[in-house]
Amino acid sequence: MTERDLKSSNMAKAKALPVGHYRGLGVWNFFFMVFLYAPIAVLIFYSFNANRMVINWTGFGVEWYIKAFNNEDIQDAVWNSLIVAFVATGVATTIATIGALILARGGNFKGKTASLGLMMLPLMVPEIVTAVAVLIFFATIGLNWGLGNVIIAHITFCIPFAFMPIRARLEGMDTTMEQAARDLYASEWETFRYITVPMLMPGIVAGAMLSFVISLDDFIITLMVGGAGSTTLPVYIYSMIRRGLTPEINAVSTLLLLFSVAIVTAYWFVSKKSNTKTVH
Amino acid sequence: MSKWLPKSAAARRWLGLTPAYVMIGIFMLVPISIMAVYSFLEPNPYGGVLPEPSVAAYVKLFLEYDLEDNLVFNPGYINIIFRSFQLSIMATVICLVMGFPVAYYITLQPENKRNIYIYLITIPFWTNLLIRTFAWIIILGRGGVIETPLLNLGIIDDSLKMMYTDGAIAIGLTYSYLPLMVLPIYASLEKLDFRLLEAASDLYSSRFQIMTKVVIPLCKPGIVAGCILVFIPCIGAFIAPNLLGGGKKLMLGSLVQFQFASARNWPFGSALSMLLLSAVVVALIFYARSARKKEYIQGTA
Repeated sequence: MTERDLKSSNMAKAKALPVGHYRGLGVWNFFFMVFLYAPIAVLIFYSFNANRMVINWTGFGVEWYIKAFNNEDIQDAVWNSLIVAFVATGVATTIATIGALILARGGNFKGKTASLGLMMLPLMVPEIVTAVAVLIFFATIGLNWGLGNVIIAHITFCIPFAFMPIRARLEGMDTTMEQAARDLYASEWETFRYITVPMLMPGIVAGAMLSFVISLDDFIITLMVGGAGSTTLPVYIYSMIRRGLTPEINAVSTLLLLFSVAIVTAYWFVSKKSNTKTVH
Repeated sequence: MSKWLPKSAAARRWLGLTPAYVMIGIFMLVPISIMAVYSFLEPNPYGGVLPEPSVAAYVKLFLEYDLEDNLVFNPGYINIIFRSFQLSIMATVICLVMGFPVAYYITLQPENKRNIYIYLITIPFWTNLLIRTFAWIIILGRGGVIETPLLNLGIIDDSLKMMYTDGAIAIGLTYSYLPLMVLPIYASLEKLDFRLLEAASDLYSSRFQIMTKVVIPLCKPGIVAGCILVFIPCIGAFIAPNLLGGGKKLMLGSLVQFQFASARNWPFGSALSMLLLSAVVVALIFYARSARKKEYIQGTA
Protein backbone atom coordinates (compact mmCIF):
# COMPACT_ATOMS: atom_id res chain seq x y z
CA MET A 1 0.00 0.00 0.00
CA THR A 2 2.72 2.41 0.97
CA GLU A 3 4.59 2.02 -2.31
CA ARG A 4 1.56 3.28 -4.13
CA ASP A 5 1.44 6.37 -2.01
CA LEU A 6 5.18 6.95 -2.13
CA LYS A 7 6.01 10.14 -3.83
CA SER A 8 8.39 9.97 -6.70
CA SER A 9 12.01 10.55 -5.78
CA ASN A 10 12.08 13.17 -8.45
CA MET A 11 11.17 16.38 -6.60
CA ALA A 12 9.90 18.17 -9.69
CA LYS A 13 7.33 15.45 -10.17
CA ALA A 14 6.48 15.18 -6.49
CA LYS A 15 4.85 18.59 -6.64
CA ALA A 16 2.28 17.23 -9.09
CA LEU A 17 0.14 14.13 -8.58
CA PRO A 18 1.95 10.99 -7.44
CA VAL A 19 3.05 8.68 -10.24
CA GLY A 20 0.21 6.58 -11.58
CA HIS A 21 -2.45 9.03 -10.43
CA TYR A 22 -4.43 10.96 -13.00
CA ARG A 23 -6.57 14.05 -12.73
CA GLY A 24 -10.33 13.63 -12.99
CA LEU A 25 -10.44 9.95 -12.08
CA GLY A 26 -12.46 10.64 -8.94
CA VAL A 27 -14.98 12.76 -10.84
CA TRP A 28 -15.23 10.11 -13.54
CA ASN A 29 -15.83 7.46 -10.89
CA PHE A 30 -18.52 9.63 -9.29
CA PHE A 31 -20.45 10.04 -12.55
CA PHE A 32 -20.02 6.34 -13.26
CA MET A 33 -21.72 5.50 -9.97
CA VAL A 34 -24.48 8.01 -10.73
CA PHE A 35 -25.03 6.34 -14.12
CA LEU A 36 -25.15 2.94 -12.39
CA TYR A 37 -27.61 3.92 -9.67
CA ALA A 38 -29.73 6.74 -11.10
CA PRO A 39 -32.04 4.41 -13.08
CA ILE A 40 -32.61 2.28 -9.99
CA ALA A 41 -33.33 5.41 -7.93
CA VAL A 42 -35.79 6.63 -10.58
CA LEU A 43 -37.52 3.25 -10.59
CA ILE A 44 -37.93 3.24 -6.82
CA PHE A 45 -38.97 6.90 -6.73
CA TYR A 46 -41.82 6.40 -9.22
CA SER A 47 -43.11 3.35 -7.32
CA PHE A 48 -44.47 5.91 -4.81
CA ASN A 49 -46.35 7.78 -7.51
CA ALA A 50 -50.04 8.09 -6.77
CA ASN A 51 -50.94 8.54 -10.44
CA ARG A 52 -52.18 5.73 -12.66
CA MET A 53 -49.40 6.43 -15.16
CA VAL A 54 -45.81 5.74 -14.13
CA ILE A 55 -44.31 8.81 -15.73
CA ASN A 56 -46.94 11.30 -14.71
CA TRP A 57 -45.97 12.30 -11.17
CA THR A 58 -48.90 13.69 -9.22
CA GLY A 59 -48.20 12.90 -5.60
CA PHE A 60 -46.79 10.55 -3.05
CA GLY A 61 -48.66 7.36 -2.26
CA VAL A 62 -48.14 3.72 -1.34
CA GLU A 63 -51.36 2.46 -2.90
CA TRP A 64 -49.51 0.65 -5.67
CA TYR A 65 -47.68 -1.42 -3.08
CA ILE A 66 -51.00 -2.32 -1.49
CA LYS A 67 -52.41 -3.14 -4.92
CA ALA A 68 -49.39 -5.32 -5.75
CA PHE A 69 -49.70 -7.19 -2.45
CA ASN A 70 -53.35 -7.91 -3.11
CA ASN A 71 -52.82 -8.96 -6.73
CA GLU A 72 -53.40 -12.73 -6.80
CA ASP A 73 -51.51 -13.17 -10.07
CA ILE A 74 -48.47 -11.60 -8.44
CA GLN A 75 -48.83 -13.87 -5.42
CA ASP A 76 -48.94 -16.94 -7.69
CA ALA A 77 -45.92 -15.69 -9.63
CA VAL A 78 -43.98 -15.10 -6.41
CA TRP A 79 -44.77 -18.64 -5.25
CA ASN A 80 -43.66 -20.10 -8.57
CA SER A 81 -40.47 -18.05 -8.47
CA LEU A 82 -39.67 -19.19 -4.92
CA ILE A 83 -40.42 -22.87 -5.62
CA VAL A 84 -38.24 -22.84 -8.73
CA ALA A 85 -35.42 -20.93 -7.00
CA PHE A 86 -35.39 -23.18 -3.91
CA VAL A 87 -35.47 -26.49 -5.79
CA ALA A 88 -33.00 -25.36 -8.46
CA THR A 89 -30.62 -23.97 -5.82
CA GLY A 90 -30.76 -27.14 -3.72
CA VAL A 91 -30.11 -29.51 -6.61
CA ALA A 92 -27.57 -27.30 -8.41
CA THR A 93 -25.57 -26.65 -5.21
CA THR A 94 -25.45 -30.37 -4.36
CA ILE A 95 -24.28 -31.29 -7.86
CA ALA A 96 -21.77 -28.44 -7.90
CA THR A 97 -20.37 -29.32 -4.45
CA ILE A 98 -19.67 -32.94 -5.41
CA GLY A 99 -18.26 -31.84 -8.75
CA ALA A 100 -16.02 -29.21 -7.15
CA LEU A 101 -14.72 -31.68 -4.53
CA ILE A 102 -13.68 -34.07 -7.27
CA LEU A 103 -12.25 -31.45 -9.62
CA ALA A 104 -10.29 -29.66 -6.87
CA ARG A 105 -9.23 -32.68 -4.80
CA GLY A 106 -9.24 -35.58 -7.25
CA GLY A 107 -5.73 -34.84 -8.54
CA ASN A 108 -5.00 -34.67 -12.22
CA PHE A 109 -6.89 -37.02 -14.46
CA LYS A 110 -7.69 -37.40 -18.11
CA GLY A 111 -10.63 -35.24 -19.03
CA LYS A 112 -10.25 -32.78 -16.14
CA THR A 113 -10.08 -29.74 -18.40
CA ALA A 114 -13.04 -31.02 -20.41
CA SER A 115 -15.02 -31.58 -17.20
CA LEU A 116 -14.26 -28.03 -16.05
CA GLY A 117 -15.32 -26.72 -19.46
CA LEU A 118 -18.58 -28.66 -19.27
CA MET A 119 -19.32 -27.23 -15.81
CA MET A 120 -18.85 -23.72 -17.19
CA LEU A 121 -20.70 -24.33 -20.46
CA PRO A 122 -24.03 -22.80 -19.33
CA LEU A 123 -22.15 -19.53 -18.65
CA MET A 124 -20.76 -19.34 -22.17
CA VAL A 125 -23.83 -20.12 -24.26
CA PRO A 126 -26.03 -17.03 -24.79
CA GLU A 127 -29.19 -17.25 -22.73
CA ILE A 128 -31.51 -16.97 -25.71
CA VAL A 129 -29.78 -19.96 -27.36
CA THR A 130 -30.14 -22.03 -24.17
CA ALA A 131 -33.77 -20.96 -23.97
CA VAL A 132 -34.76 -22.06 -27.48
CA ALA A 133 -32.57 -25.19 -27.40
CA VAL A 134 -34.25 -26.37 -24.19
CA LEU A 135 -37.66 -25.43 -25.61
CA ILE A 136 -36.97 -27.54 -28.71
CA PHE A 137 -35.69 -30.40 -26.56
CA PHE A 138 -38.76 -30.51 -24.29
CA ALA A 139 -41.07 -30.26 -27.30
CA THR A 140 -39.22 -33.07 -29.11
CA ILE A 141 -39.27 -35.55 -26.22
CA GLY A 142 -42.77 -34.41 -25.27
CA LEU A 143 -41.87 -33.54 -21.69
CA ASN A 144 -44.64 -31.40 -20.25
CA TRP A 145 -44.20 -31.04 -16.51
CA GLY A 146 -45.10 -27.36 -16.32
CA LEU A 147 -43.05 -25.89 -13.51
CA GLY A 148 -40.89 -29.04 -13.60
CA ASN A 149 -39.58 -28.06 -17.03
CA VAL A 150 -38.63 -24.63 -15.70
CA ILE A 151 -36.90 -26.19 -12.68
CA ILE A 152 -34.82 -28.52 -14.89
CA ALA A 153 -33.68 -25.59 -17.04
CA HIS A 154 -32.84 -23.53 -13.95
CA ILE A 155 -30.79 -26.32 -12.34
CA THR A 156 -28.67 -26.52 -15.49
CA PHE A 157 -27.75 -22.84 -15.65
CA CYS A 158 -27.34 -22.52 -11.87
CA ILE A 159 -24.62 -25.21 -11.71
CA PRO A 160 -21.70 -22.95 -12.78
CA PHE A 161 -22.80 -20.16 -10.40
CA ALA A 162 -22.86 -22.58 -7.46
CA PHE A 163 -19.66 -24.24 -8.65
CA MET A 164 -17.41 -21.15 -8.85
CA PRO A 165 -17.38 -20.02 -5.18
CA ILE A 166 -17.23 -23.62 -3.91
CA ARG A 167 -14.22 -24.42 -6.09
CA ALA A 168 -12.52 -21.15 -5.12
CA ARG A 169 -13.02 -21.98 -1.45
CA LEU A 170 -11.66 -25.51 -1.91
CA GLU A 171 -8.56 -24.25 -3.67
CA GLY A 172 -7.84 -21.80 -0.87
CA MET A 173 -8.30 -24.51 1.79
CA ASP A 174 -5.22 -26.49 2.75
CA THR A 175 -5.46 -30.20 3.48
CA THR A 176 -3.51 -30.29 6.76
CA MET A 177 -6.66 -30.43 8.92
CA GLU A 178 -7.98 -33.35 6.95
CA GLN A 179 -4.63 -35.12 7.14
CA ALA A 180 -4.52 -34.54 10.91
CA ALA A 181 -7.99 -36.02 11.30
CA ARG A 182 -6.99 -39.08 9.29
CA ASP A 183 -3.82 -39.47 11.38
CA LEU A 184 -6.01 -39.42 14.50
CA TYR A 185 -7.97 -42.41 13.18
CA ALA A 186 -11.01 -40.57 11.86
CA SER A 187 -12.66 -42.60 9.13
CA GLU A 188 -12.91 -41.18 5.65
CA TRP A 189 -16.56 -40.34 6.21
CA GLU A 190 -15.93 -38.73 9.60
CA THR A 191 -13.16 -36.60 8.12
CA PHE A 192 -15.47 -35.50 5.35
CA ARG A 193 -18.43 -34.89 7.66
CA TYR A 194 -16.62 -33.14 10.54
CA ILE A 195 -13.67 -31.45 8.81
CA THR A 196 -14.20 -30.93 5.08
CA VAL A 197 -17.87 -29.95 5.08
CA PRO A 198 -17.67 -27.37 7.91
CA MET A 199 -14.58 -25.79 6.36
CA LEU A 200 -16.23 -25.75 2.94
CA MET A 201 -19.54 -24.37 4.27
CA PRO A 202 -18.93 -20.66 3.49
CA GLY A 203 -18.24 -21.63 -0.13
CA ILE A 204 -21.36 -23.77 -0.30
CA VAL A 205 -23.52 -21.03 1.23
CA ALA A 206 -22.05 -18.45 -1.16
CA GLY A 207 -22.66 -20.74 -4.15
CA ALA A 208 -26.23 -21.42 -3.05
CA MET A 209 -26.94 -17.68 -2.66
CA LEU A 210 -25.61 -16.89 -6.12
CA SER A 211 -27.70 -19.69 -7.67
CA PHE A 212 -30.74 -18.46 -5.82
CA VAL A 213 -30.38 -14.90 -7.08
CA ILE A 214 -29.63 -16.06 -10.63
CA SER A 215 -32.66 -18.34 -10.64
CA LEU A 216 -34.90 -15.68 -9.13
CA ASP A 217 -33.83 -13.12 -11.73
CA ASP A 218 -33.95 -15.31 -14.80
CA PHE A 219 -36.39 -14.09 -17.38
CA ILE A 220 -35.73 -15.21 -20.94
CA ILE A 221 -35.24 -18.94 -20.30
CA THR A 222 -38.37 -19.10 -18.13
CA LEU A 223 -40.35 -17.11 -20.72
CA MET A 224 -39.49 -19.61 -23.46
CA VAL A 225 -39.59 -22.85 -21.46
CA GLY A 226 -42.43 -22.13 -19.05
CA GLY A 227 -46.01 -22.75 -20.09
CA ALA A 228 -49.16 -20.92 -19.09
CA GLY A 229 -49.27 -22.19 -15.50
CA SER A 230 -45.61 -21.60 -14.71
CA THR A 231 -45.33 -17.82 -14.76
CA THR A 232 -42.54 -16.60 -12.50
CA LEU A 233 -42.30 -13.06 -11.15
CA PRO A 234 -39.96 -11.64 -13.85
CA VAL A 235 -42.15 -13.17 -16.59
CA TYR A 236 -45.21 -11.63 -14.94
CA ILE A 237 -43.47 -8.24 -14.71
CA TYR A 238 -42.70 -8.51 -18.43
CA SER A 239 -46.37 -9.12 -19.22
CA MET A 240 -47.28 -6.10 -17.05
CA ILE A 241 -44.83 -3.90 -19.01
CA ARG A 242 -46.42 -5.08 -22.26
CA ARG A 243 -49.89 -4.20 -21.01
CA GLY A 244 -49.10 -0.62 -20.00
CA LEU A 245 -46.93 1.19 -17.56
CA THR A 246 -48.48 1.60 -14.12
CA PRO A 247 -46.57 2.28 -10.89
CA GLU A 248 -47.59 -1.22 -9.81
CA ILE A 249 -44.71 -2.50 -11.98
CA ASN A 250 -42.35 -0.19 -10.10
CA ALA A 251 -43.70 -1.35 -6.75
CA VAL A 252 -43.23 -5.06 -7.54
CA SER A 253 -39.84 -4.37 -9.14
CA THR A 254 -38.67 -2.42 -6.11
CA LEU A 255 -39.57 -5.30 -3.81
CA LEU A 256 -37.81 -7.87 -6.02
CA LEU A 257 -34.81 -5.55 -6.26
CA LEU A 258 -34.54 -5.14 -2.50
CA PHE A 259 -34.84 -8.89 -2.01
CA SER A 260 -31.98 -9.56 -4.47
CA VAL A 261 -29.83 -6.85 -2.90
CA ALA A 262 -30.41 -8.37 0.55
CA ILE A 263 -29.25 -11.80 -0.64
CA VAL A 264 -26.22 -10.42 -2.46
CA THR A 265 -25.26 -8.36 0.59
CA ALA A 266 -25.50 -11.48 2.75
CA TYR A 267 -23.37 -13.31 0.18
CA TRP A 268 -20.85 -10.50 0.32
CA PHE A 269 -20.42 -10.88 4.07
CA VAL A 270 -20.27 -14.68 3.93
CA SER A 271 -17.61 -14.67 1.21
CA LYS A 272 -15.61 -11.93 2.93
CA LYS A 273 -15.65 -13.90 6.14
CA SER A 274 -14.51 -17.00 4.30
CA ASN A 275 -11.65 -15.05 2.72
CA THR A 276 -10.34 -13.81 6.07
CA LYS A 277 -10.54 -17.33 7.45
CA THR A 278 -8.43 -18.65 4.61
CA VAL A 279 -5.72 -16.12 5.36
CA HIS A 280 -5.26 -17.26 8.95
CA MET B 1 -21.29 -44.34 4.21
CA SER B 2 -17.83 -44.70 2.73
CA LYS B 3 -18.41 -48.48 2.55
CA TRP B 4 -20.91 -47.94 -0.24
CA LEU B 5 -18.58 -45.82 -2.31
CA PRO B 6 -16.35 -47.49 -4.86
CA LYS B 7 -12.75 -48.03 -3.72
CA SER B 8 -10.81 -46.84 -6.75
CA ALA B 9 -10.23 -43.12 -7.20
CA ALA B 10 -11.19 -43.24 -10.86
CA ALA B 11 -14.55 -44.88 -10.17
CA ARG B 12 -15.35 -42.34 -7.44
CA ARG B 13 -14.36 -39.53 -9.72
CA TRP B 14 -16.79 -40.55 -12.42
CA LEU B 15 -19.53 -41.33 -9.93
CA GLY B 16 -19.21 -37.84 -8.46
CA LEU B 17 -19.11 -36.05 -11.78
CA THR B 18 -21.98 -38.00 -13.33
CA PRO B 19 -24.79 -35.78 -11.96
CA ALA B 20 -23.18 -32.69 -13.47
CA TYR B 21 -22.51 -34.51 -16.75
CA VAL B 22 -26.08 -35.74 -16.89
CA MET B 23 -27.65 -32.35 -16.16
CA ILE B 24 -25.47 -30.26 -18.46
CA GLY B 25 -25.09 -33.02 -21.07
CA ILE B 26 -28.76 -33.94 -21.40
CA PHE B 27 -30.27 -30.53 -20.83
CA MET B 28 -27.69 -28.41 -22.61
CA LEU B 29 -25.46 -30.31 -25.07
CA VAL B 30 -28.22 -32.59 -26.40
CA PRO B 31 -30.69 -29.69 -26.90
CA ILE B 32 -28.06 -27.66 -28.78
CA SER B 33 -27.30 -30.70 -30.98
CA ILE B 34 -31.00 -31.19 -31.71
CA MET B 35 -31.21 -27.49 -32.55
CA ALA B 36 -28.30 -27.90 -34.99
CA VAL B 37 -30.17 -30.75 -36.71
CA TYR B 38 -33.44 -28.76 -36.78
CA SER B 39 -31.73 -25.90 -38.56
CA PHE B 40 -31.35 -28.26 -41.55
CA LEU B 41 -35.01 -29.37 -41.67
CA GLU B 42 -38.20 -27.98 -43.22
CA PRO B 43 -40.45 -25.86 -40.99
CA ASN B 44 -43.86 -27.14 -39.97
CA PRO B 45 -46.31 -24.26 -40.40
CA TYR B 46 -47.95 -25.16 -37.07
CA GLY B 47 -44.68 -25.00 -35.15
CA GLY B 48 -42.00 -27.68 -34.97
CA VAL B 49 -40.34 -29.25 -37.99
CA LEU B 50 -41.01 -31.66 -40.84
CA PRO B 51 -38.43 -34.44 -41.20
CA GLU B 52 -37.17 -33.32 -44.61
CA PRO B 53 -33.57 -32.18 -45.02
CA SER B 54 -33.25 -28.64 -46.30
CA VAL B 55 -30.90 -25.69 -46.25
CA ALA B 56 -33.80 -23.29 -46.69
CA ALA B 57 -33.27 -21.82 -43.21
CA TYR B 58 -29.74 -20.72 -44.06
CA VAL B 59 -30.71 -19.55 -47.55
CA LYS B 60 -33.41 -17.40 -45.94
CA LEU B 61 -30.69 -15.38 -44.25
CA PHE B 62 -29.72 -13.82 -47.59
CA LEU B 63 -32.37 -14.64 -50.17
CA GLU B 64 -36.12 -14.69 -50.55
CA TYR B 65 -38.60 -15.69 -53.20
CA ASP B 66 -40.13 -12.80 -55.11
CA LEU B 67 -43.64 -12.87 -56.63
CA GLU B 68 -42.45 -14.88 -59.63
CA ASP B 69 -40.72 -17.47 -57.45
CA ASN B 70 -37.23 -16.28 -58.27
CA LEU B 71 -34.65 -16.15 -55.52
CA VAL B 72 -33.59 -12.57 -54.96
CA PHE B 73 -31.28 -10.95 -52.45
CA ASN B 74 -33.04 -9.87 -49.27
CA PRO B 75 -31.06 -7.48 -47.08
CA GLY B 76 -33.62 -7.56 -44.20
CA TYR B 77 -32.03 -10.24 -42.04
CA ILE B 78 -28.49 -9.25 -43.00
CA ASN B 79 -29.31 -5.77 -41.70
CA ILE B 80 -30.49 -7.19 -38.39
CA ILE B 81 -27.34 -9.30 -38.05
CA PHE B 82 -25.24 -6.29 -38.98
CA ARG B 83 -27.07 -4.11 -36.45
CA SER B 84 -26.52 -6.75 -33.74
CA PHE B 85 -22.78 -6.70 -34.30
CA GLN B 86 -22.68 -2.93 -34.65
CA LEU B 87 -24.62 -2.29 -31.42
CA SER B 88 -22.75 -4.99 -29.50
CA ILE B 89 -19.36 -3.60 -30.53
CA MET B 90 -20.57 -0.08 -29.74
CA ALA B 91 -21.77 -1.11 -26.27
CA THR B 92 -18.51 -2.97 -25.65
CA VAL B 93 -16.43 0.08 -26.58
CA ILE B 94 -18.56 2.42 -24.44
CA CYS B 95 -18.27 -0.01 -21.52
CA LEU B 96 -14.49 -0.08 -21.96
CA VAL B 97 -14.17 3.71 -22.13
CA MET B 98 -16.45 4.19 -19.12
CA GLY B 99 -15.20 1.21 -17.12
CA PHE B 100 -11.42 1.32 -17.47
CA PRO B 101 -10.83 4.61 -15.61
CA VAL B 102 -13.17 3.41 -12.86
CA ALA B 103 -11.35 0.09 -12.49
CA TYR B 104 -8.08 2.02 -12.37
CA TYR B 105 -9.42 4.51 -9.83
CA ILE B 106 -10.60 1.69 -7.58
CA THR B 107 -7.15 0.07 -7.72
CA LEU B 108 -5.62 3.28 -6.35
CA GLN B 109 -7.91 3.28 -3.30
CA PRO B 110 -7.08 1.79 0.13
CA GLU B 111 -8.40 -1.71 0.63
CA ASN B 112 -11.59 -1.01 2.60
CA LYS B 113 -12.70 1.59 0.04
CA ARG B 114 -11.87 -0.79 -2.80
CA ASN B 115 -14.19 -3.41 -1.32
CA ILE B 116 -17.03 -0.92 -1.05
CA TYR B 117 -16.64 0.19 -4.67
CA ILE B 118 -16.52 -3.40 -5.92
CA TYR B 119 -19.65 -4.13 -3.90
CA LEU B 120 -21.38 -1.10 -5.45
CA ILE B 121 -20.43 -2.26 -8.93
CA THR B 122 -21.53 -5.87 -8.39
CA ILE B 123 -24.94 -5.00 -6.91
CA PRO B 124 -26.61 -3.89 -10.18
CA PHE B 125 -25.25 -7.00 -11.90
CA TRP B 126 -27.14 -9.26 -9.49
CA THR B 127 -30.39 -7.38 -9.71
CA ASN B 128 -32.98 -8.19 -12.31
CA LEU B 129 -31.99 -7.18 -15.82
CA LEU B 130 -35.60 -6.77 -16.94
CA ILE B 131 -36.26 -4.31 -14.13
CA ARG B 132 -33.09 -2.35 -14.80
CA THR B 133 -33.99 -2.05 -18.48
CA PHE B 134 -37.55 -1.07 -17.60
CA ALA B 135 -36.10 1.82 -15.58
CA TRP B 136 -34.67 3.20 -18.83
CA ILE B 137 -38.17 3.35 -20.34
CA ILE B 138 -39.11 5.74 -17.54
CA ILE B 139 -35.99 7.80 -18.21
CA LEU B 140 -35.95 7.89 -22.01
CA GLY B 141 -39.63 7.42 -22.78
CA ARG B 142 -42.19 9.92 -24.00
CA GLY B 143 -42.85 12.35 -21.17
CA GLY B 144 -40.10 10.65 -19.19
CA VAL B 145 -37.54 11.89 -16.71
CA ILE B 146 -35.35 13.53 -19.36
CA GLU B 147 -38.07 14.94 -21.58
CA THR B 148 -40.49 16.41 -19.08
CA PRO B 149 -38.23 19.05 -17.53
CA LEU B 150 -36.93 20.09 -20.95
CA LEU B 151 -40.50 20.43 -22.23
CA ASN B 152 -41.58 22.38 -19.17
CA LEU B 153 -38.66 24.77 -19.45
CA GLY B 154 -39.42 25.26 -23.13
CA ILE B 155 -36.00 24.08 -24.26
CA ILE B 156 -37.66 21.59 -26.57
CA ASP B 157 -41.20 21.75 -27.87
CA ASP B 158 -41.67 18.23 -29.17
CA SER B 159 -40.85 14.74 -27.91
CA LEU B 160 -37.18 13.89 -28.37
CA LYS B 161 -38.22 10.43 -29.62
CA MET B 162 -35.36 8.76 -27.80
CA MET B 163 -37.14 5.44 -27.38
CA TYR B 164 -37.15 2.79 -30.10
CA THR B 165 -33.84 3.94 -31.52
CA ASP B 166 -30.46 2.27 -31.90
CA GLY B 167 -29.13 4.75 -29.34
CA ALA B 168 -31.66 3.61 -26.73
CA ILE B 169 -30.68 -0.02 -27.31
CA ALA B 170 -26.98 0.86 -27.04
CA ILE B 171 -27.58 2.65 -23.72
CA GLY B 172 -29.61 -0.32 -22.47
CA LEU B 173 -26.88 -2.80 -23.44
CA THR B 174 -24.14 -0.65 -21.93
CA TYR B 175 -26.07 -0.29 -18.70
CA SER B 176 -26.83 -4.03 -18.57
CA TYR B 177 -23.29 -5.28 -18.83
CA LEU B 178 -21.08 -2.48 -17.51
CA PRO B 179 -20.10 -4.41 -14.33
CA LEU B 180 -18.82 -7.26 -16.50
CA MET B 181 -16.25 -4.85 -17.96
CA VAL B 182 -15.04 -3.30 -14.71
CA LEU B 183 -14.56 -6.48 -12.68
CA PRO B 184 -12.02 -8.36 -14.88
CA ILE B 185 -10.07 -5.15 -15.57
CA TYR B 186 -9.94 -4.47 -11.84
CA ALA B 187 -8.83 -8.06 -11.20
CA SER B 188 -5.86 -7.65 -13.53
CA LEU B 189 -5.01 -4.10 -12.36
CA GLU B 190 -5.02 -5.28 -8.76
CA LYS B 191 -2.03 -7.54 -9.54
CA LEU B 192 -0.17 -4.70 -11.27
CA ASP B 193 3.17 -3.91 -9.65
CA PHE B 194 3.13 -0.15 -9.13
CA ARG B 195 6.93 -0.06 -8.83
CA LEU B 196 6.97 -0.51 -12.61
CA LEU B 197 5.21 2.83 -12.93
CA GLU B 198 7.81 4.42 -10.67
CA ALA B 199 10.54 2.90 -12.81
CA ALA B 200 8.95 4.23 -16.00
CA SER B 201 8.63 7.64 -14.42
CA ASP B 202 12.26 7.64 -13.31
CA LEU B 203 13.20 6.81 -16.88
CA TYR B 204 11.44 10.00 -18.02
CA SER B 205 8.17 8.51 -19.26
CA SER B 206 5.34 11.01 -19.42
CA ARG B 207 2.08 10.23 -17.62
CA PHE B 208 0.52 9.41 -20.95
CA GLN B 209 3.34 7.02 -21.82
CA ILE B 210 3.09 5.32 -18.43
CA MET B 211 -0.56 4.63 -19.15
CA THR B 212 -0.20 3.50 -22.77
CA LYS B 213 3.15 1.71 -22.56
CA VAL B 214 3.05 0.20 -19.06
CA VAL B 215 -0.42 0.01 -17.49
CA ILE B 216 -2.53 -0.88 -20.52
CA PRO B 217 -0.19 -3.56 -21.95
CA LEU B 218 0.10 -5.20 -18.51
CA CYS B 219 -3.63 -5.37 -17.92
CA LYS B 220 -4.48 -6.33 -21.50
CA PRO B 221 -5.73 -9.80 -20.46
CA GLY B 222 -8.27 -8.11 -18.17
CA ILE B 223 -9.33 -5.74 -20.93
CA VAL B 224 -9.77 -8.61 -23.39
CA ALA B 225 -11.70 -10.65 -20.82
CA GLY B 226 -13.96 -7.67 -20.07
CA CYS B 227 -14.65 -7.04 -23.75
CA ILE B 228 -15.52 -10.72 -24.35
CA LEU B 229 -17.73 -10.86 -21.25
CA VAL B 230 -19.66 -7.79 -22.43
CA PHE B 231 -19.78 -8.70 -26.11
CA ILE B 232 -21.20 -12.23 -25.66
CA PRO B 233 -24.38 -11.30 -23.76
CA CYS B 234 -24.83 -8.20 -25.97
CA ILE B 235 -24.87 -10.15 -29.22
CA GLY B 236 -27.59 -12.46 -27.88
CA ALA B 237 -29.49 -9.77 -25.97
CA PHE B 238 -33.26 -9.95 -25.96
CA ILE B 239 -34.49 -7.62 -23.24
CA ALA B 240 -32.82 -4.37 -24.34
CA PRO B 241 -33.81 -4.60 -28.05
CA ASN B 242 -37.28 -5.81 -27.08
CA LEU B 243 -38.11 -3.13 -24.52
CA LEU B 244 -36.05 -0.20 -25.81
CA GLY B 245 -36.09 -1.08 -29.52
CA GLY B 246 -39.81 -1.74 -29.42
CA GLY B 247 -39.93 -4.68 -31.83
CA LYS B 248 -38.96 -2.45 -34.75
CA LYS B 249 -35.24 -2.43 -34.15
CA LEU B 250 -34.60 -6.14 -33.88
CA MET B 251 -31.33 -7.75 -32.88
CA LEU B 252 -30.29 -11.40 -33.29
CA GLY B 253 -31.61 -12.36 -29.85
CA SER B 254 -35.03 -10.84 -30.35
CA LEU B 255 -35.21 -12.23 -33.90
CA VAL B 256 -34.57 -15.74 -32.53
CA GLN B 257 -37.27 -15.30 -29.91
CA PHE B 258 -39.69 -14.04 -32.57
CA GLN B 259 -39.16 -17.17 -34.69
CA PHE B 260 -40.26 -19.39 -31.81
CA ALA B 261 -42.90 -17.22 -30.17
CA SER B 262 -44.75 -15.78 -33.17
CA ALA B 263 -43.39 -16.68 -36.61
CA ARG B 264 -43.30 -20.42 -35.85
CA ASN B 265 -40.33 -21.03 -38.10
CA TRP B 266 -38.24 -23.31 -35.91
CA PRO B 267 -35.56 -24.17 -38.51
CA PHE B 268 -34.93 -20.50 -39.21
CA GLY B 269 -34.81 -19.73 -35.48
CA SER B 270 -32.40 -22.64 -35.04
CA ALA B 271 -30.21 -21.43 -37.90
CA LEU B 272 -30.08 -17.96 -36.32
CA SER B 273 -29.17 -19.53 -32.97
CA MET B 274 -26.38 -21.47 -34.64
CA LEU B 275 -25.10 -18.23 -36.13
CA LEU B 276 -25.20 -16.62 -32.68
CA LEU B 277 -23.42 -19.57 -31.16
CA SER B 278 -20.68 -19.48 -33.79
CA ALA B 279 -20.13 -15.76 -33.10
CA VAL B 280 -19.67 -16.64 -29.41
CA VAL B 281 -17.30 -19.51 -30.23
CA VAL B 282 -15.17 -17.17 -32.40
CA ALA B 283 -15.05 -14.64 -29.54
CA LEU B 284 -14.06 -17.35 -27.05
CA ILE B 285 -11.33 -18.72 -29.35
CA PHE B 286 -9.98 -15.19 -29.69
CA TYR B 287 -9.98 -14.91 -25.90
CA ALA B 288 -8.29 -18.30 -25.39
CA ARG B 289 -5.58 -17.38 -27.91
CA SER B 290 -4.83 -14.05 -26.26
CA ALA B 291 -4.71 -15.76 -22.84
CA ARG B 292 -2.28 -18.37 -24.19
CA LYS B 293 -0.11 -15.68 -25.71
CA LYS B 294 0.10 -14.04 -22.30
CA GLU B 295 1.17 -17.33 -20.70
CA TYR B 296 3.83 -17.68 -23.36
CA ILE B 297 5.17 -14.19 -22.70
CA GLN B 298 5.24 -14.81 -18.95
CA GLY B 299 6.92 -18.16 -19.53
CA THR B 300 9.77 -16.66 -21.48
CA ALA B 301 10.24 -13.65 -19.22
